[in-house]
Amino acid sequence: MAGDTLRGRVFKYGDSVDTDVIIPARYCTGYHPEELAPHCLEDLDATFAERVHPGDIIVAGNNFGCGSSRENAPIAIKGAGISCVIAKSFARIFFRNSINIGLPILIAPEAVEGIEDGDEIEVDPSRGIISNLSRSGSWRAALLPPEVQEIIEVGGLVEYVRTRLSR
Amino acid sequence: MTLAEKILAGHCGRDNVKAGDMVMAKVDMVLGTDVTVPLSVEVFRNMGAERVFDPEKIALVNDHFVPAKDIKAAALSKIMREFAREQGITNYFEVGRSGICHSILPDNGLVRPGDLVVGADSHTCTYGALGAFSTGIGSTDLACAWAIGELWFRVPETTRVVVTGKFQPLVGAKDLILHIIGELGVDGALYQALEFTGEAFRHISMDGRFTVANMAIEAGAKTGLIPPDDVTREFMAQFPDRKGLYLESDPDAEFSRVLDVSLDRLEPLVAAPYLPSNVSPVTEVRGQKVDQVVIGSCTNGRLDDFRAAAAVMGERPVHPDVRLIMIPTTPKLMRALLEERLIDRFVAAGAIISPPTCGPCIGGHMGVLAAGEVGLYTTNRNFKGRNGHPDCRVFLSGPEVAAATAVTGRITDPRELI
Repeated sequence: MAGDTLRGRVFKYGDSVDTDVIIPARYCTGYHPEELAPHCLEDLDATFAERVHPGDIIVAGNNFGCGSSRENAPIAIKGAGISCVIAKSFARIFFRNSINIGLPILIAPEAVEGIEDGDEIEVDPSRGIISNLSRSGSWRAALLPPEVQEIIEVGGLVEYVRTRLSR
Repeated sequence: MTLAEKILAGHCGRDNVKAGDMVMAKVDMVLGTDVTVPLSVEVFRNMGAERVFDPEKIALVNDHFVPAKDIKAAALSKIMREFAREQGITNYFEVGRSGICHSILPDNGLVRPGDLVVGADSHTCTYGALGAFSTGIGSTDLACAWAIGELWFRVPETTRVVVTGKFQPLVGAKDLILHIIGELGVDGALYQALEFTGEAFRHISMDGRFTVANMAIEAGAKTGLIPPDDVTREFMAQFPDRKGLYLESDPDAEFSRVLDVSLDRLEPLVAAPYLPSNVSPVTEVRGQKVDQVVIGSCTNGRLDDFRAAAAVMGERPVHPDVRLIMIPTTPKLMRALLEERLIDRFVAAGAIISPPTCGPCIGGHMGVLAAGEVGLYTTNRNFKGRNGHPDCRVFLSGPEVAAATAVTGRITDPRELI
């Protein structure tokens, strides 16, 4: 995820956005982005899937992605075109799954306070810098542990394992 | 070191680890289910893996959408079945011999005290009841664990819950864990291990311990450990060749927080929609009309739970306006309930007995709720839309409140019936 700066409009939600509202189990007989994206967040925000544009950004409160281990949740979000999720905190399985599938996620409680629904923001995920273009404000996200950063830098866990297997 | 630190240290070949360390650790058992395995198979192939690291350390369990709820669900099980055959995975559990994974693994001796277990199901933390460090992962992690038998872990801090006293009549393990989640909140133990300890556990059965450890994730925890003791030894005696490591936290171990709980004043509790932390005494929500009661799931679908339900129901029939769905978690349990003639009593009372499935707990099948309907379930989560239509509502409780509610049609304090 190094390099590119992301820019998009914000969809803002509250605390404990759970995996059941991100992608209900009734759609989890599918696991590919194109099957899941049309139903992303439909029990929380029924018009999300029709309003979202590629590059848009989700900003949320504490414990984002709590609940099920279903990887379908970050896959649905990424498949819907969301470029990055910024939250005050993430539930741990969602956190791992997002890193593993290459969905940029940032922990930045102050940024969440300073960003409103519909704002236009810019994010440099590799440096953790978040800027609000609609109103003043710039923040730095918490850095991931170096070991996790390393997994991201080799292209995610799958690449890490592929390299190990080919040794 | 804490119990969690000891188990992780033992699996990454180090004498010592401390909270915050990142480790690559070897896993003893890797669980997948029909809903998470197919994506893992795709990832496994894409990463160029050909053989799993050890076919005996992998369990594949049909439980979420089985018996197949539709054609897509049938395809999920088919992918898992074919992968099991291809890889020679002996711990593949087919419909009829399968059950809810978090009962199937312990019932088959697949988890030992001191083990490190990962599973592509968030309630994998259930095996903490046996003193195993067990935690939920996603499908990509699962594929990687199949390929190399190792995963990265951040060594968690531990919140210790010290439990004293004894349960009052008609109060049980579910009330204990609901109380703890109510105190901690849904992210009160985020990224941490929960350790449940204290003299009260001498009197808490394995069934009750599974209920407590199962819901650690509902406070955000990575695992929920109960230090193994004589109750654990008695359970493991069924599997004489499956010795475990009986570890506990050192006296000088550091805990990020200690929470004291006394069972003496604990009452029957209920978690109201839409969070498992939204906990209050049953007396505060009594009278709420319900359409459906579910007794089952990886949280409360074991022998103790059905015995407790039967004791509360007595000879009373299910209320005419209520559907009571009962889901024993395994075929072994089904046979025990038949032998105790409890199935006969439940069916005579007007309950339906479901084959083992996650079905209604995840709003998958076998009892999905319509708009406006209200349920009272012994399951673990009541998030919006989880159990059916986004406008249904589910209350969570133990089997005693559930049984009382099934016969009266309204949320009922079981102490009023006995």
